[in-house]
Amino acid sequence: MDKDFIKMNTTPWENVEIARHKDRPTGKYYIETIFKDFIEFHGDRSFGDDKSIIGGIASFNDISVTVIAITKGSNTTENIERNFGMPNPEGYRKALRLMKQAEKFKRPVICFVDTPGAFPGMGAEERGQGQAIANNLFELSRLKTPIISIITGEGGSGGALALAVADRIFMLEHSVYSILTPEGFASILWKDASRAKEAADVMKITAKDLKGFNIIDDVIKEPRGGAHKNPAKAADGIRLSILDSLKELKEKNLDTLINERYNKYRQMGNFF
Amino acid sequence: MLKDLFTKRQYATVKPSVIKKSVADAEEKPTIPSGMWTKCDKCNAVIYGEDLENSKYVCTSCGHHFRLNAKKRVRAFFDKDTFKEFWKELKTTNPLNFEGYEEKLKSGKSKTDSTEAVVTGVGQLNGLDVACAIMDSFFMMGSMGTVVGEKITRLVEYATENRLPVVIFTASGGARMQEGIFSLMQMAKVSAALARHDEAGLLYISVLTDPTTGGVTASFAMEGDIILSEPDALVGFAGRRVIENTIKESLPDDFQKAEFLLKKGFVDSIVERKNMRACIYKILILHGVRNNG
Repeated sequence: MDKDFIKMNTTPWENVEIARHKDRPTGKYYIETIFKDFIEFHGDRSFGDDKSIIGGIASFNDISVTVIAITKGSNTTENIERNFGMPNPEGYRKALRLMKQAEKFKRPVICFVDTPGAFPGMGAEERGQGQAIANNLFELSRLKTPIISIITGEGGSGGALALAVADRIFMLEHSVYSILTPEGFASILWKDASRAKEAADVMKITAKDLKGFNIIDDVIKEPRGGAHKNPAKAADGIRLSILDSLKELKEKNLDTLINERYNKYRQMGNFF
Repeated sequence: MLKDLFTKRQYATVKPSVIKKSVADAEEKPTIPSGMWTKCDKCNAVIYGEDLENSKYVCTSCGHHFRLNAKKRVRAFFDKDTFKEFWKELKTTNPLNFEGYEEKLKSGKSKTDSTEAVVTGVGQLNGLDVACAIMDSFFMMGSMGTVVGEKITRLVEYATENRLPVVIFTASGGARMQEGIFSLMQMAKVSAALARHDEAGLLYISVLTDPTTGGVTASFAMEGDIILSEPDALVGFAGRRVIENTIKESLPDDFQKAEFLLKKGFVDSIVERKNMRACIYKILILHGVRNNG
């Protein structure tokens, strides 16, 4: 076994810290490393261009794909430019525009998600943050082309889900995916954001937990210590997962694909 | 005697905790009108119980719309005794084994007469069948967990199968924290069911009521073919305090109110409660909805 992939036992909070690590590879890095001939396309065609989401077309293993990523920056300047990975409504609308384009030209869609959540700002509310996310959920559930989503860092709330209604959902080993940041959760339920660590424990936010719940399809291993220790290796793991899923999904006829996607979400929930 | 004038007088003292508690009590006073007389939160007018019921819990003096629980909403909206509730007995399994969750559910039940934060079923509006979900903000803040998601999904699937229009009255603090990621996934599940209803060419009207926020706003509340709202309802995605903390300034009073959303283009029309039946009936008729029978 490759010694770089020896399993680390990390607590949920340690995963939050790795997922937020300042050197963690960004969505932009993965796009540039995994795909060839990426061309970025900008704008939602009605308000502006949101730099916290990048998207465009590229080639993957000789097929054309649409790739979209909610991305943070790799340094402070870029982080500010990308609003720390917190999209505004125009970001979600740009993503949907590119996905509809992918449907038209029969390209699979590959999404990368790394966001603490949708941006809670005044302009975001004025321009319909809720409506933008809602529309993505609605349209993605029936988009007539395969969709693969990979949570690479933080998968925070509806702001992450808006790019993660997919046929195959993967999480990097140390990424987290949750209803809200642990800080937000602790502040709502216990009126004390400093109890975030404790929140992380009870929320079940790790890749392993979510695989156990069948919320995600699989966990992609990371190099020992986290993806930032060896970004190229982390990208390799992602590449293989995309390769396998695309092979499988491309075989399905569209009706089957959409039905299976529907049923995937239909069975999520525990009740009696 | 002169000395007496300068002695410290004794005052009765009240501990700050006691004061705080009585203020908190005052703030938590229920907005469900009960008893003979009810005071309006907005204009402080005192309204006689029967008058308030006749006005569908709208202040007879200033027009303020009181929040309604699901039971009262059913009575205010449907033809008398036509509403049939479905899937009333669905219960959550507490998937994260969250401490204290069962007690919260119990207290929600005792406060509302409802078994969850949404009531689903089919009722009639001037004789027309309508599949309807009514959220109850008095049940755990109308939060959406797996049961809320499942009941609404079943309702929408039922409506698609039986070619019925769907009306959803939203009232929610957002996704239910106690069920974590499962609550989040309900947003996708309900949206997918509504997309199929849409695909079948059927009509979905969402009616926003006070308050509609978070994951409900970011899913089915904003997916209606037609989006109506009650006056002055709070509707938004992020919470007011969260935004204020982010932008470090306080927000205008009308921010995230129905009238604000109307101005920004996210609501089709604001409809007063007394006109809601007539308005939705007219929309149904204009969409060619006819009685099945």
